[in-house]
Amino acid sequence: MKKFAIAVAASALALGVAASANAKTLVYCSEGSPEGFDPALYTAGTTFDASSRQIFNKLVEFERGTTKVVPALATSWDVSDDGLEYTFHLRKGVKFHTTSFFTPTRDFNAEDVVFSFERQRVKDHPYHSYVSGASWEYFDGMSMPDLIKSVEKVDDYTVKFVLNRPEAPMIANLAMDFASIESKEYADKLAADGKMDQLNQQPVGTGPFKFQAYQKDAVIRYQAHESYWAGKAAIDTLIFAITPDASVRYQKLKAGECHVMPYPNPADIDAMKTDGDVNLLSQEGLNVGYLAYNTKVAPFDNVKVRKALNMAINKEAILDAVFQGAGKVATNPIPPTIWSYKADLKDDPYDPEAAKKMLEAEGVKDLSMKIWAMPVQRPYNPNAKRMAELMQADFAKVGVNVEIVQFEWGEYLKRSKELDRDGAVLLGWTGDNGDPDNFLAVLLGCDAVGGSNRAQWCYQPFEDVIQKAKIVSDTAERTKLYEQAQVIFKEQAPWATIAHSVVFKPVRKEVVDFKIDPFGGHIFYGVDLK
Amino acid sequence: MIKLLFRRVGLMIPTFIGATLLSFLFIRMLPGDPVLLMAGERGMTDERYQRLLHEFGFDRPYWQQYLEYLWGVLQGDLGESFRTKVPVLQEFLTLFPATVELSLCAMLLATVIGIPAGVIAAIRRGRALDHGTMGTALVGYSMPIFWWALMLIIVVSGQWGLTPVSGRISLLYFFEPVTGFMLIDSLLSGQEGAFGSAVQHLILPTIVLGTIPLAVVARQTRSAMLEVLGEDYVRTARAKGLSPFRVVGIHALRNALIPVTTTIGLQIGVLFGGAILTETIFAWPGIGKWMIESVSARDYSVVQGGLLLIAVIVMVVNLMVDLMYGLINPKIRY
Amino acid sequence: MTDTTAVSTANAAPNNQAPVGPWREFWAYFSENKGAVAGLGFFVVLVVVALLADFIAPHDPIEQYREHFLVPPVWVDGGSWDFLLGTDAVGRDILSRLMFGARYSLFIGCIVVSGAAVVGIAIGLFAGYLGGWVDTVAMRVMDILLSYPPLLLALVFVAILGPGLENAIVAIAVIQLPHYVRLTRASVMSERNRDYVTSARVAGAGTLRLVTVTILPNCMAPIIVQAALSFSTAILDAAALGFLGMGAQPPLPEWGTMLAEAREFILRAWWVVTFPGVAILVTVLAINLMGDGLRDALDPKLKRS
Repeated sequence: MKKFAIAVAASALALGVAASANAKTLVYCSEGSPEGFDPALYTAGTTFDASSRQIFNKLVEFERGTTKVVPALATSWDVSDDGLEYTFHLRKGVKFHTTSFFTPTRDFNAEDVVFSFERQRVKDHPYHSYVSGASWEYFDGMSMPDLIKSVEKVDDYTVKFVLNRPEAPMIANLAMDFASIESKEYADKLAADGKMDQLNQQPVGTGPFKFQAYQKDAVIRYQAHESYWAGKAAIDTLIFAITPDASVRYQKLKAGECHVMPYPNPADIDAMKTDGDVNLLSQEGLNVGYLAYNTKVAPFDNVKVRKALNMAINKEAILDAVFQGAGKVATNPIPPTIWSYKADLKDDPYDPEAAKKMLEAEGVKDLSMKIWAMPVQRPYNPNAKRMAELMQADFAKVGVNVEIVQFEWGEYLKRSKELDRDGAVLLGWTGDNGDPDNFLAVLLGCDAVGGSNRAQWCYQPFEDVIQKAKIVSDTAERTKLYEQAQVIFKEQAPWATIAHSVVFKPVRKEVVDFKIDPFGGHIFYGVDLK
Repeated sequence: MIKLLFRRVGLMIPTFIGATLLSFLFIRMLPGDPVLLMAGERGMTDERYQRLLHEFGFDRPYWQQYLEYLWGVLQGDLGESFRTKVPVLQEFLTLFPATVELSLCAMLLATVIGIPAGVIAAIRRGRALDHGTMGTALVGYSMPIFWWALMLIIVVSGQWGLTPVSGRISLLYFFEPVTGFMLIDSLLSGQEGAFGSAVQHLILPTIVLGTIPLAVVARQTRSAMLEVLGEDYVRTARAKGLSPFRVVGIHALRNALIPVTTTIGLQIGVLFGGAILTETIFAWPGIGKWMIESVSARDYSVVQGGLLLIAVIVMVVNLMVDLMYGLINPKIRY
Repeated sequence: MTDTTAVSTANAAPNNQAPVGPWREFWAYFSENKGAVAGLGFFVVLVVVALLADFIAPHDPIEQYREHFLVPPVWVDGGSWDFLLGTDAVGRDILSRLMFGARYSLFIGCIVVSGAAVVGIAIGLFAGYLGGWVDTVAMRVMDILLSYPPLLLALVFVAILGPGLENAIVAIAVIQLPHYVRLTRASVMSERNRDYVTSARVAGAGTLRLVTVTILPNCMAPIIVQAALSFSTAILDAAALGFLGMGAQPPLPEWGTMLAEAREFILRAWWVVTFPGVAILVTVLAINLMGDGLRDALDPKLKRS
């Protein structure tokens, strides 16, 4: 048996070498199966990695490795002076994929753009509920149905979006995965054949890689799109080897069975740093973990009390115990990878003595409070229970007695929104479009009180600034406004900002020019193999 | 015989209805609102929440939901997965061959090694060989297979580098599934080395999943053989001067196999349970892994449909075992 | 209420009624099986370790020694006499964790077996004795439970109840229930029409008394064997649930949970993976050896006369 196995291994190896001589194959050990291949239906990064980030293009896209928006299927765009009309000029000569299941007869044009958005927006569109329980998670979640008045084709290569109100982050929104452009011709063909649900299983796009095959829980295969508008990818074949277990992923990476892997075990990071075959890339994630006080309930309506409690938290200890090195202390409510991040903002110092005195000065004695700990793991908080326990110990030192409460996740999300909620909530946020508005307005705006604003914090000076920044379309001016907003936030301390996660990406040495995507994605166009 | 078949199938109907009711109730008892879970930190508007609740039918009374579900089941419609929106039955059918392939190999291993081991132990009763075989079998029977799998990975894959760590076939090979059975598909593909790679990937999962059935079969074979060897007709055959090989091989073994066959059949439930652990560890894309992932993701419709399908398969296999028992055992007349 | 009476009488009955002889006979048969005696010996040691864990364990099982992450066992290079079997990823002493872990495993086994046995025997007794629709309903429900793979069923139960040690125990007890019900029912059915039962009935014994005092003691042998077997199954299933993250939760030193936590170190630190598994295997093996001895001693069919 042993001999046999070795022989097999040897022949497999020989074949591998032979295969790589004429075609470059990059294997990515992905962490799970995609939910489907129509990105607009889903919100999970795993699904986007398998669909929008390889197969599709958007009108505008994020420059690889940054949160900067650059032209893609639209070569340029104009915004009307009132900020209500966005006119996109489309790229010409863009080819859709030719696959075993579809051969396109025409190039990409305005019809495809209109189709891709109208199916999400218009309730009686034939593709609006083409799979059962279809819900346009991001499109609805970003309140696009209220925002977009119409999407019109002006001519074959011009599309006009009309909005109901000005929205400066609109362009960034259109770079998100839900805005991927599908082929209307393909959708029409499927509708004619009565196989509409295939749109979610056998995708056709304009992106750098075309879908070849998917075996659930096992493997996804892609081929380079020969006539990709930005030039053919350096890799010929892209394979996603679905490997849910992190230690197995690392083992495969070491063995050369895959080239790139996501989400390493924190325990393996040290070994990876010294591994001669592996480059360990790292970057702060686009997220923030925080403790939100309920600013509507005494004594947490008092800024000084919130400040004092913030000073009582030993964040370094939390980073060690909860993030095990894969985190960075958060000072601002937005992560450092987002533009307008105010780097010179000062964090509340860790000073239990001073904190205790401040509390006494405010007449707060024998305070008992609750801290809510999430029951799930998130990048911004890998172990909320442990974090809450550490805070409990920290607060005890300043004479505050803490009770830790836990709910089942759905319940947690629901109850933590209640205005009269008892206690401070551990939660966090992962950014969608790299726009500061996506953090500051969503999490701290007055409209979000009773919703995603878990601090129930509505502070007019802050609100004025972020509302103004929503309307202005000049980035430099918006940057100033958001910097100002961060200063106000820090003075008022509706949250204790805790940490941004640090993302590690082990890639093999032979991989050239892989870049960490601040949005947590894995993009293989532009990557090469030595 | 036909009468027996009808009676047994008749008995299965209330069990089947009960199984649908139970899988339906299980899912309704899971804590957490699936619609809220879908939204996550982002949350959703109340209007959208109500709409989704309605689309999934959760706003209707339980009895109505159940009847609709039962009606769907009878038409072969188990609903669509919440996560992937793919029909549950379709997902089941794409993953099922992987589990069957692994289970059959494990069962084959258990039979091919277990029966001879049991026979030898019975013949050598009380000797060192008997003690050794049965001792090993008891160790196998006591094995926490999830740990066994990890140990085999550490030694066989890690130290010796002989087998791959996970998956069904090397990524170098690519062919469309025809039967869903990797061993057959790899042969059909005609690609050099594909079959070998599939075999190599099967080795460790087969050993892990086959360990407990192997021990059970060996133990069962031994005690069945012991019983048979003491019977009069075996003594007679011996007295007639038939060669020991004929006595053991033909007369005794044939009769001893009757309870053993039943044992093998009844291992199906055990195999499914083992498949959950084995498939999770070896990233084997089968039903067991699918079920545990769906449980933790609260994919209601998949857990509900999967539970029911697995229950039906176990019931059908048990029925077949019973019928076969009647066929091979001439002593039993119904 | 009926449950408790059933058990106390069941346990008391053989002591009161049986002469000393059968016990001696039992021990004679049992001790003939060397494996069973060895199993019993190990089991006794394990019980002692579990009971005295507070005194004999060298360290606190959840104390994290921050300077001693992943220290290998003492006989390996870099090992230390402070940590005989090494430490885990957060610097906890593995030997101490295993000792305290023995408590959980034995506790799980005891609770599951007694819970499942008491309820299962009660249902089986009445189903078997009363017959009719009680019997039909009870047996159909058991059939349904039996048509799911046990581990899957336990998993779904735990998902419903929430992960944790207590819920895992409940789930495992439920999946073991049908075996007791069926076994008891079958014995009762075969005993029901025996002469001694009829005479007791004629003498005016009530149903409850008939079932518990008259019939039950005569059905105990197979049930005891089943209890021994299900003790080991319970430990294995609890460990499997712990391994899948659905059983005891960290930092409890339950063996399966320890394995789950250790999984990521499979390539770096073999000892954190190896020892908890060995502990499970040896414990289960010892109980199974005892179970085999018990069966041989109690089952007249296999007695060498």
